[in-house]
Formats: sequence, C-alpha cells, structure tokens
Amino acid sequence: MSPMARTAPVPAATDPAIIRNFCIIAHIDHGKSTLADRMLQYTGVVQSRDMKAQYLDRMDIERERGITIKSQAVRMPWELDGVSYALNMIDTPGHVDFTYEVSRSLAACEGAVLLVDAAQGIEAQTLANLYLAMENDLTIIPVLNKIDLPAAQPEKYAAELASLIGGDPEDVLLVSGKTGVGVEALLDKIVRDLPAPVGDPDAPARAMIFDSVYDTYRGVVTYVRVVDGMLHPRERIQMMSTKASHELLEIGVSSPEPTPSKGLGVGEVGYLITGVKDVRQSKVGDTVTNLAKPAAESLSGYADPKPMVFSGLYPLDGTDYPVLRDALDKLKLNDAALIYEPETSAALGFGFRVGFLGLLHLEIVRERLEREFNLDLISTAPNVVYEVTLEDKNVVTVTNPSEFPSGKINEVREPMVAATILAPNEFVGAIMELCQGRRGVMRGMDYLSEDRVELRYWMPLAEIVFDFFDLLKSKTRGYASLDWKADGEQVADLVKVDILLQGEQVDAFSAITHKDKAYAYGVMMTGKLRELIPRQQFEVPIQAAIGSRIIARESIRAIRKDVLAKCYGGDITRKRKLLEKQKEGKKRMKMVGRVEVPQEAFIAALTTDESKDKAKK
Amino acid sequence: MPSVLPLGDPAPSDGLLPPQALDGAADRAFGLYVHIPFCAVRCGYCDFNTYTATELGGGASQDAYASTAISEVEFAAGVLEQSGLPARKLRTVFFGGGTPTLLPAEDLARILRAATDQWGIEPGAEVTTEANPDSVTPESLQLLADAGFTRVSFGMQSAVPHVLKVLDRTHTPSRVPLVVQWARDAGLDVSLDLIYGTPGESLEDWRFSLETALSYSPDHISAYALIVEDGTKLAAQIRRGEVPGIDDDDHAAKYELADQMISDAGLHWYEVSNWSATADQACRHNLAYWRGDDWWGIGPGAHSHVGGVRWWNVKHPTAYAGRLASGVSPAAGRETLDAETRGVERIMLEARLASGLAVSSLSASGKHAVAGLIADGLVAPADAFRGRLVLTLKGRLLADAVVRRILPD
Ligand SMILES: Nc1nc2c(ncn2[C@@H]2O[C@H](COP(=O)(O)OP(=O)(O)OP(=O)(O)O)[C@@H](O)[C@H]2O)c(=O)[nH]1
Ligand SMILES: C[S@@+](CC[C@H](N)C(=O)[O-])C[C@H]1O[C@@H](n2cnc3c(N)ncnc32)[C@H](O)[C@@H]1O
Ligand code: SF4
Ligand SMILES: [Mg+2]
Repeated sequence: MSPMARTAPVPAATDPAIIRNFCIIAHIDHGKSTLADRMLQYTGVVQSRDMKAQYLDRMDIERERGITIKSQAVRMPWELDGVSYALNMIDTPGHVDFTYEVSRSLAACEGAVLLVDAAQGIEAQTLANLYLAMENDLTIIPVLNKIDLPAAQPEKYAAELASLIGGDPEDVLLVSGKTGVGVEALLDKIVRDLPAPVGDPDAPARAMIFDSVYDTYRGVVTYVRVVDGMLHPRERIQMMSTKASHELLEIGVSSPEPTPSKGLGVGEVGYLITGVKDVRQSKVGDTVTNLAKPAAESLSGYADPKPMVFSGLYPLDGTDYPVLRDALDKLKLNDAALIYEPETSAALGFGFRVGFLGLLHLEIVRERLEREFNLDLISTAPNVVYEVTLEDKNVVTVTNPSEFPSGKINEVREPMVAATILAPNEFVGAIMELCQGRRGVMRGMDYLSEDRVELRYWMPLAEIVFDFFDLLKSKTRGYASLDWKADGEQVADLVKVDILLQGEQVDAFSAITHKDKAYAYGVMMTGKLRELIPRQQFEVPIQAAIGSRIIARESIRAIRKDVLAKCYGGDITRKRKLLEKQKEGKKRMKMVGRVEVPQEAFIAALTTDESKDKAKK
Repeated sequence: MPSVLPLGDPAPSDGLLPPQALDGAADRAFGLYVHIPFCAVRCGYCDFNTYTATELGGGASQDAYASTAISEVEFAAGVLEQSGLPARKLRTVFFGGGTPTLLPAEDLARILRAATDQWGIEPGAEVTTEANPDSVTPESLQLLADAGFTRVSFGMQSAVPHVLKVLDRTHTPSRVPLVVQWARDAGLDVSLDLIYGTPGESLEDWRFSLETALSYSPDHISAYALIVEDGTKLAAQIRRGEVPGIDDDDHAAKYELADQMISDAGLHWYEVSNWSATADQACRHNLAYWRGDDWWGIGPGAHSHVGGVRWWNVKHPTAYAGRLASGVSPAAGRETLDAETRGVERIMLEARLASGLAVSSLSASGKHAVAGLIADGLVAPADAFRGRLVLTLKGRLLADAVVRRILPD
C-alpha cells in the first residue's frame, strides 16, 4: 500500500509523465462522491477533521438531495514506488439529466473509474456512461463499490462487469467508499494503469474549457485541461471561437480549494480567472490559447446540451417579473444548459418559457430560483418541442402548447428517444406492457446475465420524460433502471387540447397530446378545475376542446350566498376588516374573462404528479 | 358584541375625541347602546361578549352592573361635552346583550333614566331591549314600558324543538306567543329574532318557524343565517362531526323562503336581514349603525362611533368596571377613519339597506360596475335609473360580493 505523498508535484512544473487524469463515472447513487471523499482524505488534500460526506457536493441543493449536479475537479498528490504523482480527479453526476456534464468531464481525462454498486449491479446509466467513456477512448478501471454492504454480491457483479468490458473478473477492484477498504489500492491502480497525458510542451498553448462557473467574488472561473503548451499568469489569452482576449489574472489548481500556481502545463487540469463577468464569454468546449502565440487549430469541442423539456415560469406576484429575469440571467451564468425567452400568458401574465434538460433539471432550477432569489413561481405543465409543418410547407417549432398552430397542418413531428431499460427478467412482461402503452417500439432485448435483461425501445420523449420512470419503478418494485438519449423524431397523431373557462381559453392549461390520450387529459383537467375553482356569481362551464370540438365538460354551479347576515351590534370595524381581507384576496385572483381563479388553483392544477418534487430518478 | 375585539390604535385614557369627530355632528342623530353581558346559559353558537357567572368580581357582578353602567353614562356625557360636541338628545336607545332582561327591569329602567337625565330624549324616540322569552314576565315588561321602553326584541330563533335544542335554547316554543301578548299588553312594539340554517333544520322546519312567527303578527322580524363562529361549541361539534356542517345553498334557499313568506305577510325588508310592518317600525337604532350616525356604546366590549372615530371598550366586565372605578376611559382601542375608509364603510353599510346608496357617491370604477350588476340581476334596474343602487333579492344574498365589485379598486 502506498503512503501519502511526502511532496506534491508543483503545478506548472509537473512532468506529464507523473500526471493521471481520471473521472469517476457510475449510475446515480452508486457512490461516486463518497469514493471521492476517501480519495481526498487518503491523499491528504482534505484533513480528516475537515471531512464531511460528499465533500465536493457544495451547492445546498446537492447536499439536500444527496446528488451531484455539477462535476468537480480536484488535484491530489499520490506516491507510488517512491515517485510522487499528480492525480486530477473529476467527480461526475449520475442523473440522466446531467449526462452532458459527464461528457465534458470525460474529455479532460485519459481514464475513468467505472463504479458499480456491488449490491445493485450494472444499471442503465452505468452502460450509458461507459459508452461515453469508450467513445472518448478512455482507459476504464472497473470497480465494485459498497462491498461492505451485507447485500453485496461481488463475485456475481465482477463477472458481469468483466463480461461487459472484457477482461478478467479478478481484475475488478473491490472497494468501499464508506469504510475506505480498497481505496488506496485503487489509487495505486490509477497510477499504474492509466496513461499519462501526452501533448507538445513547445507548441502554442491549447487548453480545453470543460466548465465555466460564475462566482460572486471572483467573477467567472473557467476550468481547463491543458493539452499543449503552457499558460502563465498575467499573460493575455484568447478564446479561439470568439477571438476575444483577456488577461489571465489568476491561474491555479483546485486542491480542492483554489490554489494559485505559476501556470499550467501539458496534461494539467486547473482553473483560470480573467475578470470576465459572463460565462458566455468563456464558453464550455472552447479552446484557450495564447494571444501572443496563438494555436492554428482549436481542439474539438462539444455540442451545447439541447433542452428537452419546456415549461413556462411565472412569478406569482407580477411585480416580481424583473426579479425573475435577473435571477435567470444569474443562474444562466452557471448553467449553460438553461435557455429561456420572455413570454406572456393571458392567464399568468409575464414570464419566461424555459428549456430544461429534463424534469430534475426543471425542479432544481425552479427550486434555486425560489430559494436563492426569494421568488414564488408558477410553472406550467412541462412539454417537449414539436415541429409542425403547415400546409404551405412552413415549419413551426412549438415550445409552448398555446402556440400550436390552428388548422391547415400537414404533419406534426415529435422528438424520440432511444431508451435502455435494465431489469431482472421477471419484469420483462410488465415493462413491455408499459412501453407499448407509451407508444414505444421495441428495438431489441439482451440478457446481460442469466437474470438481467436489457430492453431497448424507441419512444416518444413526451411519453418518457414525465411520469414514466415512476411507473417503471413501481411496476418493477424499484429494480429497473432507465437511461435514454435523444434519437430523431417521428410523425405522430398529435392534437392540442385547450381548456376553456366560460368559453375563454386558458393558455396555461393547453396541452399537446396524442390523439388517443386527449380525452383522458380533458376529463382529468376539467375535473380538477371544477374542484379547484371557487364558485362564482354565475355558473362557469369548464370545457376541454380540440379545435372547436368539445371533448369534455364540467360546470361550477353559481354561488348563491355571499353575505354576512348577522347583527354585530355596531362592530363595524370587524366587518370592514373582513371586507378588506376579501378585497386583498380578490387581488390575488387571476381573471380569466370574468372568472376569478385563485392562484392556488393554478398552482394545484398545474402541479401534476409529474412535476412534483422528485428528489431522485 | 362579538367576543374578539379588533386591533386598533391605543385609546387615550381621558377618552377625549379628536376634532374630526365634531364635523357635522349637529346633523347626525345620537343614540345609546347599552350592553348587558350576562346570560343564564351560553348558547352553543354564540360568541357574543356575555358571561353566565352572577358573581364576577370588582363591580362587575350582576347586582352592581347597573351602577357601573351608569358610571360610564356619566363619563360619556363628560367626554362628549369636553370634546366640544353639541348637546344632542337621544333619538334611539338599544339594550342588547347578552340578555338584558336577566337584570331586574328596575336596573334597566335606572340606566335608561340616568341616560335621559344626561342627554334628554327626543319625543318619539325608540327605546328597545333584547329579551329571551324565558326572562320576562307581564310585570317586568310593564315596568319597562312605564320606564320609557317602546320596543322589545325576543330571541325566538325557531319554533321547532329539535332546532332549539341544537341551538341550546332554553325556552319552549309555547312561551313565545305568551311573551308577545304580554309585551303588546304593556304597549310595546314586538320584534322576533329568527335563526335559519341550523344543522338538522329542514326547509319545512324553517317554513314552520316562519309561519309560527308570522302568526304572532310581529311588528318586526330579524332573520339571521346561522354563522358558525370560531371557538364556539357549535364549531367544535361540527369539527368533530357530531352535527352536520352548514351549507350556503341551504341558507340561500331559506333566505328566499323567508323573504317570500315575510313579504306575503305584509312586512317589508329594509335591511338584508330585517323586515318591518311599517317604515316607522324599522329598527331606527340599527339603521343608525348602517347610516353612520353617532352612538355611544356602554358596557364591556361595546363599540361606539362618533363622526368617523370608532372605539371599543375592554372586553371583560371586571376590567371594564375597574377602569371606570379609577376614572379612566374603558376604551381598549380606537380608530380614526380617514375619508377614504369612511367612504368604504358607507358603501359597505348602505348597500345593505332597501333605501340603497347614491350611485353618484361611487368611484368611477364603482359606477362602471353598476351596469354589470344590473345584467347579473343583483341590482334593481328601476332604482338604478333613478340614481340609487338597491339590491335585488339575488343581490341581497350576494351583498358582500356586490360591495367588493363597487368599491374603488
Ligand atoms: N454502505 C455503503 N454505502 C455507500 C458507499 N458509498 C456510498 N454509499 C452511500 O450511497 C449513497 C449515494 O452515495 P453518493 O456518493 O452520493 O453517490 P453518487 O454516485 O455520488 O450519487 P450521484 O452524484 O447522485 O450520482 C449515500 O447514501 C452513501 O452514503 C459504500 O461504500 N458503502
Ligand atoms: C346577541 S343576541 C341577544 C339576544 C338574546 N340574548 C337572544 O339570544 O335572544 C342577538 C341575536 O343575534 C343572533 N345571533 C347570535 N349568534 C348568532 C350566530 N352565531 N349566527 C347568527 N345569528 C346569531 C340571534 O338571533 C340573537 O337573537
Ligand atoms: S342568550 Fe343570546 S346572547 Fe346569550 S348566549 Fe344565547 S344567543 Fe348569546
Ligand atoms: Mg455524487
């Protein structure tokens, strides 16, 4: 077993031969962040007394939900056979919504620790992340984690892992991030097995930006992996895509606290500070070079993540609109995946249509807006993006159901995904039934082992992104795991269902659904609204309609009494205060035509099981 | 008086009124309310400021109460004079409760005498007492009439035994015609209070109560929808599921029936919950509340109003008596209304009256709302054409909603 390094290699003066860059990838909750904790501890970069669980999960929301949302890179020293090495470790998120974070991290590494929970075995995101790592030509170190668990089955899953990536089950390391067993051996193996980075130290500098974070005190902090050459403090650097140049105010490594250095050389991972205030000026995927001696060709970047799900976000209090706008601008600084544009809703007022990577992303953004910016928000039912071809061949992209064109439609295309489901074979029947009910087309089925099956489906994104995972979990007693990625589009029989209150369309409640599901949506929504909207001074019909065709109908009976008819012996003050309270209440009502709809009703109607808090997927 | 007092500003210990209270005082009627905070038992639905103990300490016992109340009458007269209000005779006096008739009639007569000694009383003034049917005798009623009372309002509530039982009322229905007759014999006008919408009361029960009440040919009827007040025994019973809850639609149907039957019997509505045989027999004291006249409220928890200044006394009889004994104003809090708030109150109060309110007094947005109210059948078109906003039957049932619609935004 190796001792803690006595002397750590100094950044900017580190021979690439003693650098190892790796990330930890796994299915959600398989213990990446906990393993990272042990590494921080054993390499001595975090003292035991300062240690806390999931040390690198720094955002409140990460700590509360116990999940990683942002990748974190840390430089750690490690000694093997008398040589001090510099390890750059990147802990990555496991949730499918944040797969793009994983891809970015992979590009900064030569190797990946593929972690598998020894009590769970291979899961869908294990496969997805492994696939990404192989695509990036990374050396894989297979590791079974949580071997301290009584339910751990190391032999079984070691065999599964070995057959998946090739190799001998004996080569699969057994560790416990919790107790620390096997972690030092893993660090040794990382040094031994992973290739050192290669690059030309004399070439013009080229560094890949793999993350860019806004910090209130330091401005934008840009995380880079140097491929060729060297970056020094105080020199001028250039962003190769925009040609914008900035002075390097500070350069350093995270260990895990930011530590300034004399520069970063070939193979090193660290951060840059230029005083830039907007992350868009320091774009993830861009290449940083030296202004005085620029590189001829940039490194190949990565595609911006594409939003999959859209939802309208509206402040409960209309006067908070500017606050919401500023808040989104701020969040955007740290979240390149967040896109938004202003929209107005007759029912909800001024707000934004916001694109997200998935529902967890939506939940997290919403929660951060509410918490960090003290906003009360209504979010409309999330939807996917549709491409509508009109009869005149014009194509309209619909991110908001109320903008779905009426009449003269040639075809509607919806986004599709390739979904991979892993589950014990006893659930195959239930899963197939579920997927077929969701308009899925089976693409294949494989046995990973005797009792574990991988099912592959081609499915509409709209069918999978909302409540599918919950249903899948409940139908498989929690055993199934799911991964999906965007995979083309298909023409489908889609319609827009509108909800009308007293004949007035309520834009916030419009939904695009498959024709076969329109009726169910109409019945559900009209029924819900009947319960939620208080009685008015007149009868209020609630209708669901496709175009001009009514498919469901409910009605709210008129209120007949609204008067306090008791003699209060001259206590006029009490009566007036009551009236003032009612008047105040009326102000919090949204008017739909003549119908007063309390905001609570909007919120409740828009809160489906799908958009409710889900800590984890 | 409802038992929860409003939050307001502190009231000065000398009770003196700000100059604003003087404006136009000579043109406003002046009345007196006397609160008698005692009952034999507390009814399960009632949250008025009333106590069943006979021996509350510190000058608040039933025996000492008349003297304590008279000390406030004297204090009141001093405050009004020192504040510079013109001398005004009493136009209305109203003894309410609680159960005023739980005190000996002599005590009520003494208090009335003390008040008329202070202010004098207008010829033809209205002097009312509330009474429970089982707390009066022919003699006590005669004594009241002789002392100057003109009206008695009996808490009949219902003619149906199972309804009276849910309401915790102690009297038997057969007592009502007797007390009505005694009151008439004494020369008093008679009003009957009814409550509808009690849990378990059917529409037929209510019809029977109305028929019965009307068969006694009262000069005046008040019919109140039962309100389940927080903190009452009734509220707890409903919460625990021991009695069914109340239903607004049921209330509406019963109000419509009441209006129909009472009108058919020849009485006219003059306020949402009140009907009288002749215009003269409308309760002028209550009208003064709705019209924003001046009155002083005597007694614990009693509310007063003089020229846009409202105040209310401390709630507990002992605290009340203590204040008066040490020569300090018994007021617990008060508010001085600005012009805007007075406008809001005027609309809120006058809208409930058959005389209605002047459309010209509404804000621009309020005037604008009138057409919609006519269209919705809530406001009588003919009156509106003449410039008065008067509620229709449907409008009376939705009076609070109408008020919200005509108030300035
Ligand atoms: N018994 C045991 N529990 C572990 C071990 N490693 C992690 N855990 C627990 O597993 C849960 C998930 O651990 P994390 O380290 O947050 O997992 P993660 O892979 O980083 O999760 P995401 O970042 O959300 O993908 C936590 O409750 C840990 O305490 C282990 O070796 N043994
Ligand atoms: C305060 S009581 C005083 C009169 C007398 N103590 C009595 O009960 O008959 C005045 C009237 O208010 C009405 N009242 C009291 N509490 C009520 C409630 N919770 N809902 C509706 N009316 C109520 C009753 O009709 C009662 O007759
Ligand atoms: S008798 Fe009248 S005041 Fe007394 S408790 Fe009953 S309703 Fe209330
Ligand atoms: Mg994690």
